[in-house]
Amino acid sequence: MILLETKGLTASYGQFRALFGVDVSLSAGETVAIIGANSAGKSTLLRSITGVLRNDPSMVLHRGEAIGALPPEIVMQRGIAMVPEGRKLFPSLSVEENLKIGGQVRRAIGPWNLEAIYDLFPILREKRNVPGTALSGGQQQMVAIGRALMSNPEVLLCDEISLGLAPVVIRDIYAAMPRIKASGAAIIVVEQDIGRALSVADRVYCMMEGRVTLSAPAATVSRDAIHTAYFGDAA
Amino acid sequence: MIWIDTLVQGILLGGLYALFAAGLSLVFGIMRLVNLAHGDMIIFAAFAILLITGSLGLNPFLAALIAAPLMFALGWALQRFVLNHVLGKDILPPLLVTFGLSVALQNGMLEAFSADSQRIPAGPLESASVNLGIVTVGWMPLLTFATAIAVIVGLNQIFYRTALGRAFRATSDDPVTASLMGIAPKGIFAIATGLAMVVVTIAALYLGMRANFDPSIGPARLIYAFEAVIIGGLGSLWGTLAGGIIIGVAQTMGAAINPEWQILSGHIAFLIVLLIRPRGLFPRAVD
Repeated sequence: MILLETKGLTASYGQFRALFGVDVSLSAGETVAIIGANSAGKSTLLRSITGVLRNDPSMVLHRGEAIGALPPEIVMQRGIAMVPEGRKLFPSLSVEENLKIGGQVRRAIGPWNLEAIYDLFPILREKRNVPGTALSGGQQQMVAIGRALMSNPEVLLCDEISLGLAPVVIRDIYAAMPRIKASGAAIIVVEQDIGRALSVADRVYCMMEGRVTLSAPAATVSRDAIHTAYFGDAA
Repeated sequence: MIWIDTLVQGILLGGLYALFAAGLSLVFGIMRLVNLAHGDMIIFAAFAILLITGSLGLNPFLAALIAAPLMFALGWALQRFVLNHVLGKDILPPLLVTFGLSVALQNGMLEAFSADSQRIPAGPLESASVNLGIVTVGWMPLLTFATAIAVIVGLNQIFYRTALGRAFRATSDDPVTASLMGIAPKGIFAIATGLAMVVVTIAALYLGMRANFDPSIGPARLIYAFEAVIIGGLGSLWGTLAGGIIIGVAQTMGAAINPEWQILSGHIAFLIVLLIRPRGLFPRAVD
């Protein structure tokens, strides 16, 4: 069953057109990777899905219902949680408060609660009373992921979770992905790190200059196809 | 001895100024909105309490208890239907709207209640005093100060111990990310302004019992509140109490030297603090 899809999604920042008719879909239990270079439109796509950028209602569908014009808080309450680019922890809140606020408004029945998050990322249990922004980048990313999981979302959107982190830290964070997948959430990971993205994804979309240039199963997609989709024919 | 007495009276007066300022500080801390009609709201709430005491024959504290939820509703509606529409990156539109509101409130109150001075009758409490050994203080200033502490403790409990407070702080940090957590920032702003109006009602109760008021004195109360907030550091509630006390002490000390200097001394103390600590005594890390 298709949980989430965009149909002919366009988006602009003022005069600048960022997306030109993007079609992507996400089925229940599936993990989809969206890869592409800087300014390919990946983050804009997530901002449009979450309602941070408003669109024509029917350009974004959740369980077949048009949600493109809904504000972010309503989209979230429908079960679509976001790990925003740059972590965006709340500086005034401790680690534990940052986690709690993720499940404060919507808390569906599911496997995720404070204890489960602390089991997933044990370091956070030790640092539960520290201000969220006092942590290292990788630990902040763990909080941001945990915060999104606290609502037991149906759909989890991860925007550039490896950005600015050391490879060993990225490995630790991606090590948690199988457990998150097994908990039942459908996931979209937006990544520049192609290898990481393919390692967790069932399907992959590649974007370039606001368009989808490739859609393929992650297991069988060839390096050449990705290369062409990522950089264009000229490369 | 006279100086200890003056100091104590000043500290207690600071409690009243902290009450004036706490609502302003709360709203500024959460949504970076300066409500120029804050002083007039206090006067409006004082008239509301006066009306309730007069018409229902209640004592002022019970009247304030009735006025508080009404003021909450008023604040909520004001934020929801007016101020939310002008909040944004530009700080000028909300300033203009609340300035307009201030003028409208003053004239509306003049029309409804006339320019006559009024006072909320507090009975024997008005003149009762207690001997603390070295100084004798009035029950009313003591009660005002204790209430200011209670209000600030209460607001801090809400801020740091409740889910609502967590939402206040998160929204203050970053409204867009808060909305990704399912929190509607504009709803939070409306609750915050409602809460500020409850604090305004408490401030109005003591203002009205301690001194005469008329529709025109709101802006002067706004100035004291504003100075207390700035001295304390924007958004810090305990800082606001400290700010109120500094102005209160400066005023009573000034008045002890020469009665004409009372108001002036408060403003000078404010300027001195600004010169030494432009961000106030206890600025929040993020603002």
